[in-house]
Amino acid sequence: MSLLNVFEIAGSAMTAQSQRLNVVASNLANADSVTSANGQAYRAKQVLFSELAFGGATGKGVQVTGVIEDPSPGKQVYDPKHPMADAQGYVTMPNVSVVDEMVNMIAAARAYQNNVEMLNTAKSLLLKTLTIGQ
Amino acid sequence: MINSLDKLFQFNQNALNVRAFRQQLLASNIANADTPGYKARDIDFAAALREAAEGRPVSATSLRVSSDKHLAGAAKDDPAAVLYRSVQQPSIDGNTVDMDMERNRFAENAVHYDANITFINSKIKTLLAAIQG
Repeated sequence: MSLLNVFEIAGSAMTAQSQRLNVVASNLANADSVTSANGQAYRAKQVLFSELAFGGATGKGVQVTGVIEDPSPGKQVYDPKHPMADAQGYVTMPNVSVVDEMVNMIAAARAYQNNVEMLNTAKSLLLKTLTIGQ
Repeated sequence: MINSLDKLFQFNQNALNVRAFRQQLLASNIANADTPGYKARDIDFAAALREAAEGRPVSATSLRVSSDKHLAGAAKDDPAAVLYRSVQQPSIDGNTVDMDMERNRFAENAVHYDANITFINSKIKTLLAAIQG
């Protein structure tokens, strides 16, 4: 029953997109965290999406294969009074780009909405199929 | 009698199957709109329906043999040959999903599925009218 696969496909995509939204929330919340458990400034995180096949079917869902840290260097801010300042008086800020994260957030939210609508369409089609002959 | 009833609904059943299969493919396309390297896929509906009506799914990936002693390819479950969409605006991550197009096709396919069910229902109503008078 192909239409039932739509539920799994849309469901997997929703899980993946909400995970992406989680990472965005973490990045935005830590946009100013100059230190963390390992003593370094917070590093922006990104999720990796990949296809997920359902039992040899042609339908493909989405899965998150991992969370990577953005390797780009953090911004250096000159503030000698800051407790985390180095010998030259510079503080390493997190490499979170707030604008990028906001764009990412909107994209994730829209993709999530798309999948919800897809699910609703599949549901109404299935319900309609059940009423054949009535 | 049963056989002719079966024939009456056979076409609509085939059409529904192909529509449901296509719906699943389009759902995969929309779900993978952000997956790097994903290639959008679709079927040629007319060809798929013709194949389904002939009762022999001939997919593009079935083996071509030059001797009848060669192994025949295993029959696939898919009702149609699944093709890759040609890309209009390529993106740098290799993804070929155009969300506007996919959403359009998804909605269109859903309406066709719906219409098909309406046809089946009206056929049943016609039959009942003939039986009950």
